Amino acid sequence: MTAASYPGRWKRPPLFIRSRATRLLVYGGLAIYLLLALSTVEVNWLRAYEGLERGWRFAQGFLLPDFTSRWRDIATGIQESLTMTVCSTVVGILISIPIGIGAARNLAPMPVYLVCRAIIAVSRAFQEIVIAILLVAMFGFGPFAGFLTLSFATIGFIAKLLAEDIEEIDETQAEAIRATGASWLQLVNYAVQPQVMPRLIGLSLYRLDINFRESAVIGIVGAGGVGATLNTAIDRYEYDSAGAILLIIIGIVMVAEYVSGIIRKRIQ
Amino acid sequence: MLRVSDLTKTYKTGDKALKGVNFTIPAGQVVGLIGPSGSGKSTLIRCINRLVEPSSGKVYLGDLDVTAMPRGRLRTARRRIGMIFQEYALVERLTVMENVLSGRLGYVPFWRSFLRRYPPAYVSNAFALLDRVGLIDHADKRADALSGGQRQRVGIARALEQDPELLLIDEPTASLDPRTSRQIMRLILEICRERQLPAIINIHDVLLAQAFVERIIGLRAGEIVFDGPPDALDTDALTRIYGEEDWAAMRKQADDDASDDAESAAQAREAASRLARIA
Repeated sequence: MTAASYPGRWKRPPLFIRSRATRLLVYGGLAIYLLLALSTVEVNWLRAYEGLERGWRFAQGFLLPDFTSRWRDIATGIQESLTMTVCSTVVGILISIPIGIGAARNLAPMPVYLVCRAIIAVSRAFQEIVIAILLVAMFGFGPFAGFLTLSFATIGFIAKLLAEDIEEIDETQAEAIRATGASWLQLVNYAVQPQVMPRLIGLSLYRLDINFRESAVIGIVGAGGVGATLNTAIDRYEYDSAGAILLIIIGIVMVAEYVSGIIRKRIQ
Repeated sequence: MLRVSDLTKTYKTGDKALKGVNFTIPAGQVVGLIGPSGSGKSTLIRCINRLVEPSSGKVYLGDLDVTAMPRGRLRTARRRIGMIFQEYALVERLTVMENVLSGRLGYVPFWRSFLRRYPPAYVSNAFALLDRVGLIDHADKRADALSGGQRQRVGIARALEQDPELLLIDEPTASLDPRTSRQIMRLILEICRERQLPAIINIHDVLLAQAFVERIIGLRAGEIVFDGPPDALDTDALTRIYGEEDWAAMRKQADDDASDDAESAAQAREAASRLARIA
């Protein structure tokens, strides 16, 4: 048989939507929807022009940040935020570990699995601000509500990712430990923990970072921390103080990022 | 002593992995279990320590009916059965010593294993075993820092730390080079002889099995189709186990390889020393 009798052209078969008509309909429909949706967005150009002025003052605040006149408020806010962040991360992780183990299909029996997955789903369904508003209403203004909010959010985040990591462990290592006659706790300690530990530490550091940033946001709805200070500064049109606060937040986040990078590298 | 009677395993998918397997292994006997992929070798040895639950049949370890043990008390049976794995199955991020000591998990309470406070007798036994397999200087290294052959030695030490009455060995040489394979097989055989340990070795390499074990069981589609000394494993028997193939050619090829082996080993040594110079 000669080479000429084989086709010289090959096209990748469509794998996602097989029928050509359906494909056109779906993609075409999406494009039309996007166009229609864009056309309904109303932009008040006059208002945007007026806002430019305010935006410029904000930017100037950044260029000439005022750390001194509100320093006491800022310092208290930062301190509150850091306390909230550290406490909520530690407490959140301590609670996440058993929930994460329970939510791993290869370790937990079905009923436990379902309960733990439900807890994770609830924690992930609500954005931090929604929880913060609820908890501020329950416990009053201040960092305690913020601490609870961030702990709750941490549970959903860490437990879910930990459970997924546990489900992806190398099963042969677990099988070998099981074969020695190890109990369930020993199995977790000897076969699972060594495999997931580096990632758990990495995730925890990442969450610490997120919690600090979130503490600035939830402060705006009254859950304490530097967010409350920032909110006050903006309300009073003190953009230079607000700029100072934002610069401090950026600085702390960058330091945290740098340190966690070093730690992650060393624990591989 | 191990006795397996009428062992069957049907998976949830309906696949019959084992269809009534019977055999007895006396103390000190090393059995090679051969058979094509999917013939149920792996299932069979995992049914013995119930890593896989058998569907019916009995497994007796001495007088103990392993199949009748309730799940909660299974550890008292499992700790008497050592297991060695194909890809070593060491916990890579633990130290060599922790891996060996994990052989005692079935004997110690959780707090001891959690704090790594094993009784002195277990620790000195672990050192003795590491010395026996030639790795005593590597006790504090992480398992993933070792080479394949070294890892398998740690796997052997872990299984022996259990002070087992039976060894189950799943493809011990599948990921090793020919020379290391032979060394590992020799080590396993020596140890079984020293301790009068019965063992089942699941193995793909028929010639390696014939060279080392004293009895061969051939499994095909979940049934034993051969059970006898290695010499009795002739072309007919191989065809019964694996199906039609030019078996005489395999043996001839192996003889040729044996003489090539010496040559390639020399080449490998040279390559290694070249690499060492570059590094």
